[in-house]
Parts: sequence; structure tokens; C-alpha cells
Amino acid sequence: MSAFNAIGEEREIDRDEFTPGVEPQPTWCPGCGDFGVLKSLKQALPELGKNPEEVLTVTGIGCSGKLNSYLDTYGFHTIHGRSLPVARAAKLANPELEVIAAGGDGDGYGIGGNHWIHSARENHDITYIVFNNEIFGLTKGQTSPTSPKGHKSKTQPSGSAKTPLRPLSTSLNAGASYIARTAAVNPNQAKEIIKEAIEHDGFAHVDFLTQCPTWNKDARQYVPYIDIQESDDYEHDVNDRAEAAEIMRETEDVLNEGTVLTGRYYVDDERPSYSQEKHAVGEMPDQPLAERYFDDDAEWERSYDLLERHK
Amino acid sequence: MSDDELIWRIAGGSGDGIDSTSQNFAKALMRSGLNVFTHRHYPSRIRGGHTYVEIRAAEQKVQSRGDGYNFLLALGDSFARNPQEEAYYGNEEIKPLSENLDELREGGVIIYDEGLISEEDVEELDLEERAEENDWHVFPLDLRGLAKDHGREVMRNTAGVGATAALLDMELEHIEDLMSDAMGGDILEANLDILHEAYETVNDEYDFEHDLRAPTGEHDAEQALLSGSNAIAYGAIDAGCRFIAGYPMTPWTDVFTILSQNFPDMGGVSEQVEDEIAAAALAVGASHAGVKAMSGSSGGGFALMSEPLGLAEMTETPVVLVESMRAGPSTGMPTKPEQADLEHVLYTSQGDSQRVVFAPGNIEEAYEQTRLAFDIAWDYQIPAIVIYDQKLSGENQNVDVDFFDREPSPDLGSTLTEDELKEAAHDASGKFKRFNYEDAEDGVAPRSIPGQKGGRYLATGNEHSPVGHIEEDPDNRVFQMERRLEKLEKIREELDEERDSTQTYFGPDEADYGIITWGSSQGAVAEAVDRLNEQGHSVKAISVSDMMPFAETEVTEFLESVDEAMVVEMNATAQFRGLIQKELGRFGDKMTSLLKFNGNPFEPAEIVEGYEVNLADEDRQPDAQVRIEPAAGD
Repeated sequence: MSAFNAIGEEREIDRDEFTPGVEPQPTWCPGCGDFGVLKSLKQALPELGKNPEEVLTVTGIGCSGKLNSYLDTYGFHTIHGRSLPVARAAKLANPELEVIAAGGDGDGYGIGGNHWIHSARENHDITYIVFNNEIFGLTKGQTSPTSPKGHKSKTQPSGSAKTPLRPLSTSLNAGASYIARTAAVNPNQAKEIIKEAIEHDGFAHVDFLTQCPTWNKDARQYVPYIDIQESDDYEHDVNDRAEAAEIMRETEDVLNEGTVLTGRYYVDDERPSYSQEKHAVGEMPDQPLAERYFDDDAEWERSYDLLERHK
Repeated sequence: MSDDELIWRIAGGSGDGIDSTSQNFAKALMRSGLNVFTHRHYPSRIRGGHTYVEIRAAEQKVQSRGDGYNFLLALGDSFARNPQEEAYYGNEEIKPLSENLDELREGGVIIYDEGLISEEDVEELDLEERAEENDWHVFPLDLRGLAKDHGREVMRNTAGVGATAALLDMELEHIEDLMSDAMGGDILEANLDILHEAYETVNDEYDFEHDLRAPTGEHDAEQALLSGSNAIAYGAIDAGCRFIAGYPMTPWTDVFTILSQNFPDMGGVSEQVEDEIAAAALAVGASHAGVKAMSGSSGGGFALMSEPLGLAEMTETPVVLVESMRAGPSTGMPTKPEQADLEHVLYTSQGDSQRVVFAPGNIEEAYEQTRLAFDIAWDYQIPAIVIYDQKLSGENQNVDVDFFDREPSPDLGSTLTEDELKEAAHDASGKFKRFNYEDAEDGVAPRSIPGQKGGRYLATGNEHSPVGHIEEDPDNRVFQMERRLEKLEKIREELDEERDSTQTYFGPDEADYGIITWGSSQGAVAEAVDRLNEQGHSVKAISVSDMMPFAETEVTEFLESVDEAMVVEMNATAQFRGLIQKELGRFGDKMTSLLKFNGNPFEPAEIVEGYEVNLADEDRQPDAQVRIEPAAGD
């Protein structure tokens, strides 16, 4: 018998279950793109039959980090840039949990960049949503890793001399097996992409364009957007790495020129997830490790039985 | 200093197999009924560089490396890069023979491999003259040639062991058994040949004029030879830890390696990750999801764990971290011991953060206090740190096998089951009051685990309300802070009232003079106290393990009971004495410090000398490379 009966529980899930009953006043500004992420998750999770207590949402620091204050799942609001290592470990400890990590562009592509690259490389079976508003919002408008070159802010008053980071291309090179970009202004696509990302067995990276109406007023609101799957102007095979790389590069290039391309960029359904790889080499238990601590009949190995080599 | 003890030093280059050879020889001595203690000295490089292991063996218990050594097996450094005197690191080839030769005791025995160490180099050492002066007995043997004739050059260690056994009048039985356990086939056969050949050659060709022989002894119970790192890893296993995340760094890597090798067979998970921030964050994440988890590092890597440590404190996520100190600051001396990270471990991370810190002083304590760290961490939902050092990490000592015959304790402490969650407090919307200060006991509010029905809440590093929402209300802030701070007081009460003391005492109950130490300096202090009392001095010692919450009552009683005290620690700034003064707010004028920070651990004689100089109130520093730091006001 499981100690975690919320996992896989078969019942109708109501969308409202993901809204905290005593809802804290949102700290997001009116018109903030972060509402779009929250909304798409509130739609996607019940549609996938997930109940709030089998989901662990792990966030970093920044406006995006407040996501799990308003999404009523199990939540872990961690520290700046560190949502991924916490999320990965929770998934290894209990692979049956649905683990979603989230943070901003500064959080994920800047301070947490090392974790992002290695999580993608290892292909952990988690969903990683990056609220990309091309700015540091909560600290009041400093230049971020995705801010366009020339972007002026209080910390880069003459305009940024740095070329923005390429989130999609970097993720592809690092090894992510599902990569998509969506935008808060495109709720239907966002919901579908979030659903696919959650269902994907492996590291699913969603670069979510979330306009910042307060600190990035000069930037576009990511409209009009183009869905590369819907548009006749674009065609690529999402399973083809080379084609994906090409269109990702174009997408990143044109964003700062005012063209907002979104959609699925790369999907690799063949690659085993990290826990499958780890299991294959004999370093992952068959049963979720967390279950064992609640099993009164579990047998625990003792160091006393390891002493032969020391005698 | 005992006459009937052997301190055998095997010296060579890194990569010469010093470690495995010494490990087997130590086991052979242990199997013959002796108590053994090993000390390992090595450089931070893969091949070459002077390295040695000392094995001290005696009939009675041995607790430190002892003073000097009385048998040297100098293999020569087969990986020496610059065998010239004028090279920056000197002539490395001769170092195994020349380095610390002054520490060889009178009457000592030297074997050196004349197949590798050149006659010219030896001449420059004036070895003959010095041997005469010190009554050393020198045996130049062509170990390399002998090994080559019967097998391969790399087997010259075996030839050295065979020659050692002959000169010490030891039987080969235990050595042969251990070799048979470790290898097989042609390799075993060649090694056995070499062992016998060397043994017989030495017996046939030399008249023994030295008095040194292997001591004899008998054990009452079966023994196991373990390092401090083994003990910490085994303590974790028996505490039910099955998740470890880490990043390699000397000397912490030993614990990480041992658990990584054992966990797959135990259904556990080990993760080597991108950096130490991730390592500690993974341990926190695994613990949050319901697993007993740990991480660890050494000074520089531990510095990166500062933030996840604070997160664990604020979110009340139990976790155990181990910190294996090496000489700092910065990269310092990576393979040398020091006890200079105490303040780093006690105070790192922002805010009024609190954690539990234990500093075991020997191998048994390393096992027990690691278990204790897990118990306390999971009962009180607080990070617990085991701080130790390169010395305890790598030194091997024999322990009664029965010591480990204990029940495991995988219990998750103050964690609720789904049934218990039904009875627990929830807010109006059904959210579990995870951080409920109203019904917390000893500051602890029981927790739920993701996936449990009826247990959802938000864990956050922000200040938070009972259900975990970010909350900056002043009343809530004060309640939550006070509840969390209460835990350390309660832990202190439990340690004082319900558990065996983790402090260790040496010497008579009543004495005029007190020595206070912590961590791995314990053994040398214990032996120094014995010697001083044998010499008619009135000295006792306490070795303190509870750094936080501090062992206030025991240290106060100890200091009140003596006229004067000397705090012995391996660092330059008297960090532990500073802690005592901070915690107790007095005794500053009673405590002198004896400090050592040259990269080598204390020898008992250095502590004896420090005591003598200090007691005589002489205005000088000891002759040994140690420092006396006077008491406040002196």
C-alpha cells in the first residue's frame, strides 16, 4: 500500500482545486504575463487528471517564484536560481510525483544557468518553465541575461553591451528533450504546450514569454505572435535536431527585431529519462525511495554486514 | 612513549601503492592481535610527490600517530619528476628516505630500495654517520630488482613488506592471507614469491643487531580496521540515510565515495552533481520529498552550501551535511589537516540562522555522532552538520566489530502519515498548517510529505504563515522566529538529559590543570594526559563534540574545576577558544591556547612540551612548530 495516496488517485479534478481557498493577494502587477503561466497551469493540470497533491511545484526567486503561492499544489519556493536541483532530487526521491520547476530568466538563465544546463544534459523527467520577460522585475528593472543588446537600465545606463542569451539553442545543445516557447498573450497555445511538457518523459523546457508592463514598458507585449506550427511561412520537423537548431536560431535572432515566434521546437521521445538511465545501470531503486520510509515491513541494511572487508 | 610499540613508516611517491600496501600491513598487524592506528601524509597530485603512511601498532590501545617513528621503509619515488637538488621541489627521488629522517627514533631501522635510490644521493645524506650517532640500523636492499626478477617492478612494495617482516621477526601468515584475499592468479603467485624471497634474503644475508621487533598482543573480540570516513558513512547507513549528493573535493570525497559504492545495493541513490550549491540543494529536495538525505564537502565547497543550508533552516527541512576540513584559507593545502573551519560552519548563512554541529574526535564518535546528527535533524527539522578533518577522514584504527552490532534507525522523526494528517490542523480552505506555532512542541511543528493526501502546503525561504504563505506580519514573524529558535534550547536539553554525553574525558576526575580540545586532536591529547600524569603532573582533559548547541554545562564545570587550562586545536586563530568565551562569557583569563597549523597533526610530545612551557610560565615559544597564544590579559 502506498503512503502517498494523492498520487494516481482516480477522481474528477476541478480546476478550482488549484486555487488556494484563502488566496493571498497577488503581488503581480495588473497586466503581468505571469498570470498567463498560472492560468495555463490551472487549465492544464486538471485536464491531465492531475490532482493538486500529486504535484510539486518548485520555484526560484523573483516575481515568477510566487507562482506556487497562487497555484495550490505542494510547493517549494526555494532560493534564487536553485529550483532545479531541488526539483530533480524530489523527483529522484519519489519518481511518481509530478514535478514542475519554474523561475525567471535571471533565475534560470543567469544565476541558475549551471543547473539548467546540467538538468537538461541529464534529461531529468521534470517540466521547467522559465518566465522570460527579458528583465529583472522584482528588483526593479535591471538588465537580465535575455535583455536585448543596447537595453538601458539603471545598472547599464548606457545600454547593454551584451548579446542576449539564446535560451532555446542553449537548451538544445545541453540536451533537453522537449523545448518549446510560448507567450502569455497566447493562452490556448500555452495550455497545450504546458500539457505536452508535463506529459513528456524527460527534461521539458518551456521558455514562456511573460511581458513585464512595469519595468519593460519599452519592450513589445509579444504581439503579434506567430505560431510556427500554424504559420505557412515556417516548416520544420520537431524531431529533427538540425532543423530545430536552425529555427531556434532564427527565433532568437528575430525576437529583438519585433517578430515573436512561438511553438514546439524540439521533441525527442526516444531518449530515456535520467531515472530510466540510472535504473538501467543499477543505481535507481525499483520502488520510489520515499515509500520505503513509510513501510513498516521494510528491511534496512546495516553497516555491521559490511564489515567483512575491514577484518 | 612506549618501547614496545612499532611505528612503521612506508614512504614513496604518490602512485607507488603506498596506501594499499599499508592498509594490508596494518590489517596483518591487527590480525596478529595488535591495536593499530594509521597516519597518512600525501601531496595534492596524482603521481609522484613524497607520500607516506605510518602504522603505529602496540599491545595497548593507540589513539594517535605517536611521536616520530622507529621503522622506515623508503621505497623511493618512482614518479619523481625532477631528480635534481636544485629543482623547485628538491630531489624527489630521495625524499622518501631523507624527509623527516630526524624524527626516526634512536635504535630505529631503515630499509631503502637501492634499486631506485642512487648511491650518490645516499652519500649526500651522510647516512652512515647519522646511523652511527643514532644507533640506526640500515638495510639497503634492491627491492626493485628483486621484484623484477620474480614478477614486476611495481611489486617492490611486497618485497619491502617481506623484508620488514623478516627484520621484525613477524610470521608471514597474516600477510599471505590478506594478499590472497586481494588478488589471485599469476599476480598473487608473483607477489607471494617476492614476499618469501625478500623475507628469506634478509634472514639469510644479515645479522640482526637491532632490538626492535613486532610487539605481540591479543584481542578479546574480533576487530575491524576502519577510517573516520568509513565510520561517518556507516553511521549514515545505519541512520537510514539512502540519498547522497555531492561534488568531489578532498578530503570529503572519501565519505561520498563509500556511500556511492554501497547505496546501489541498498536501494539508495547517489548523485554526483554540477557544484556544491546543487549538491546541498539536492539533499534538501530529497529530504523534502520524504527521504533521509545528506550532502557534504570540504571548506571551499561547503562555502557554496551556505545558501541551501539557510533554506533548510528556514523551511525546516531536515538535512545532514558533513564538512571535512583541510588547511585553508582558500585552496590552502588540500591534503593536509587543519581545524580552521569551525567558525565557517557555525556561522555561515545569513540572518539568525541556526543549526546543530557535532565534532567527533575519533572513529567511534564519528559513527555515533553521525547517527545522532540524523536523529536530531529529523526530530527537530533542522540541519545538522558533522565537522571533522583530513586527519580523522583518512586515519584507520581498529574497532571491535561488535561496536557496529546495532539496530538501524530509519524513522523520519516528526513526519506525519496520511492517517495522522487527517487529525492535524488545516486552514479554512483545507490547507495543512505545516508551520503551526500554536500546537508546536519543543518548537517543532510536524510535517507532511508531497504526495500525501491532505498535506499540501508551501515551503518557502521567505518568512511565512502557518500554511506556508509568504507573510511579513510582525506578530507572525515574532512567533515563527521564537518557535524556530526554541529548537536549539530543546535540543540542548535532550542532549543533557536524555542522551549519553558526547564529550569525552581523559585523566583523573580531579586535577589542577585542564586541557580542552575538540575533534581529531583528541587522541594526541589523551596520550599526552597519560604521560603527564605518569610523570607526576596533575592534568585532565575534555574533548568537546557539541559545538552547537554548545556543551555549556560540561565545559563550565570542567573549567571551574581546574586552576588553569590549555586549549589545543589545529588552527592559527584559536577559534574554539573563541567559541568557549563567546558561549560562556568568561574564563578568558584562564585559557591559554596551543595551536598548530603547519599541515601536520599534533604529536603527543608536542602537547607535553606545550604544557611544560606554559606551566613554567616561560616567555618563549615551544621548540616544536606549535604556537602558544596567551590567555586574555597575559
